[in-house]
Amino acid sequence: MLKIKNLHASIEDKEILKGIDLEINAGEVHAIMGPNGSGKSTLSSIIAGREEFDQTQGEIIFEDTEISEMDPDERAHRGIFLSFQYPVEIPGVSVTNFIRTAINAHRNANGQENMPANEMLKKIREKSEMLGIDRKFLSRSLNEGFSGGEKKRNEIFQMAMLDPKLSILDETDSGLDIDALKTVADGVNSLKSKDKSVLLITHYQRLLNYIVPDFVHVMVDGKIVKSGGKDLAKELDERGYEWIKTEKAV
Amino acid sequence: MDFKEKLVSSFLAFEEEYTGSNDDLRNIRSQAIKDFETIGFPGKKEEAYKYTSLKSVLKEDYNIFPKGENSLEYRDIQKYLIHEIDTYDLVFIDGVYSSHLSSTTHDKIDACLMSSAINKDQYKPVIDNYFNKIAPKNGLNSLNTAFTKEGAFIHIHKNTMADKPIQIINFSTGNESSLFVQPRNLIVVDENSHCQIIERHQSLTEQPVLTNSVTEVFADKRAIVDYYKIQNDNLSASLIDNTFIEQQSESFCSVHTFSLGGKLTRNNLNFYQKGERIDSTMKGITLIEGKQHVDHNTLVHHTQPNCESHQDYKGIFDDKSVGVFNGKVYVDKIAQKINAYQSNNNVLLSDRATINSKPQLEIFADDVKCSHGCTIGQLDEEALFYLESRGIPKKEARGLLMYAFANNVLESVKIPEIKKRINKLIAKKLGIELGFHL
Ligand SMILES: Nc1ncnc2c1ncn2[C@@H]1O[C@H](COP(=O)(O)OP(=O)(O)OP(=O)(O)O)[C@@H](O)[C@H]1O
Ligand SMILES: [Mg+2]
Repeated sequence: MLKIKNLHASIEDKEILKGIDLEINAGEVHAIMGPNGSGKSTLSSIIAGREEFDQTQGEIIFEDTEISEMDPDERAHRGIFLSFQYPVEIPGVSVTNFIRTAINAHRNANGQENMPANEMLKKIREKSEMLGIDRKFLSRSLNEGFSGGEKKRNEIFQMAMLDPKLSILDETDSGLDIDALKTVADGVNSLKSKDKSVLLITHYQRLLNYIVPDFVHVMVDGKIVKSGGKDLAKELDERGYEWIKTEKAV
Repeated sequence: MDFKEKLVSSFLAFEEEYTGSNDDLRNIRSQAIKDFETIGFPGKKEEAYKYTSLKSVLKEDYNIFPKGENSLEYRDIQKYLIHEIDTYDLVFIDGVYSSHLSSTTHDKIDACLMSSAINKDQYKPVIDNYFNKIAPKNGLNSLNTAFTKEGAFIHIHKNTMADKPIQIINFSTGNESSLFVQPRNLIVVDENSHCQIIERHQSLTEQPVLTNSVTEVFADKRAIVDYYKIQNDNLSASLIDNTFIEQQSESFCSVHTFSLGGKLTRNNLNFYQKGERIDSTMKGITLIEGKQHVDHNTLVHHTQPNCESHQDYKGIFDDKSVGVFNGKVYVDKIAQKINAYQSNNNVLLSDRATINSKPQLEIFADDVKCSHGCTIGQLDEEALFYLESRGIPKKEARGLLMYAFANNVLESVKIPEIKKRINKLIAKKLGIELGFHL
């Protein structure tokens, strides 16, 4: 589904990604862990199409198409979704209106008519109930004054509404209490299927107990320095990152 | 002959036309033309016109006296009216009243014509009491006063809720090669009364038009006046709007100004509070491009204690457009416990667009709460990426952000159809299809 080859990226001439290779097949769940500032969010936003970063080398191939030159909205239409580490507050646009605009943008891009209002309402009701989101919430301005956990839950709500092929969840677990973590994880799991993939970015093993990864990668200083199965996450949880850095140095 | 001389020398002919018996009015007008002759048009040296030069709009050779009623059909103008709801309509074509497009009333409220008010004896007491009482002597006001002939005359009698909004619409047809019009409106809202006014100036062709309009509003005790100004004119049309509002105790007046079009627009909006527990609200959305120029010059004069004023102006400027905001707040020494808020937020979409924003607070009382804030910025890139990453194309995403930015000004609009209309106009200007409603 997603193939990243030798990806280098920089911002203001500072190189942040220094040659990333990553392949995610349909139906797989991958997790990326790594110390602060190692480039995890940079990688996720480059996949989603953030223009602020210069992609200086390498390829990003999504379903056999090179997408490096595509605008973020087109990538979204193709099925890429990024749940932001820091969701942006947008006063003046309600959650419902926003999601309606986004869904119709997807449909229009695929040559479909706008979604009929009743169908939209039904879908909104269904997904918000699944994620335990209070209806009052939906008429509030997008993320404005939302608590950290509420913002993350709202990201997953949007993900559920848009039903992407590749979901990139950038630290969706941070800021969630235990119950919310479980609800969100259940939500993500319920969307999983053999033709959908998930890329989780997290600092904690805890999330991976709920959403079990097929592969775990460790990113240090703009490179993936180690990959393994789900047990690698446990090891990292216990031992931290130092041993990997040392191992690498050796 | 320059425009000023042309106006002054035309006055005699104008005055001879007047056959009414109101000698006071005659005197007021003669005095006004003398004042105009002495003062003239405001120039760039005047502080209040530092950033707005009238030079380019005054150099045109305007016709001062339209030839007569230029007829229009309802279907040609319907779209400029808020026609989805029942309203009283006062329609003027090239400065001349159009009876067949208007619907006036004298049932508990008078929504009729300035020309009848100044000619008929029955209105003399109101004219004597209110006409030209608050518009201060200056070049533009005096010029308008001197040529007072037509406009809206609205009188809401004591304890009356006007049953529908009143629209004042001024069309120019372009049948005059270039036209100077000076509507003069008087709105008197007695104790415990309520009315809603919608005002629009609309040119129907690309012929140059300059409007110098003066509106005086009197809100007596506990009166409520909601005034909506829709400014979305052609690029050849310029407007100088001079509006003066005097409020008595516990009255509530709001003016929303939507400046979305026109060549040069100058809004002189002045509130004079004359009692206690008064609320004055001024809100505006400005959304312009090209070389358009919109200037909001506001004044609130707090003369009594325990009052409030709210100013909230939002502007979005593209290309080489120019915005000016100058908000004056005066608080007299005895006017304690005043809350005066002012905010002016702007987004510049191009490097060449400019905004000059200047608050001017003169506070002589010591127990007051005054706040003012002004921001000038670009659209938030992070927010833009967030929207795009959810599949919303860049153009719509920008539109959505700009819409959201301006949107809270619409919250206080009490007529849903106006909200919808402005919403649509904004969406159209931003070139987006807003897939949602308010
Ligand atoms: N807009 C930017 N301008 C300059 N430097 C940036 C910018 N964005 C990211 N960086 C830098 O790039 C590096 C990687 O940042 P990134 O956010 O990708 O890290 P991360 O792995 O997600 O960290 P965390 O675990 O703290 O979320 C950091 O050194 C950061 O300071
Ligand atoms: Mg990060």
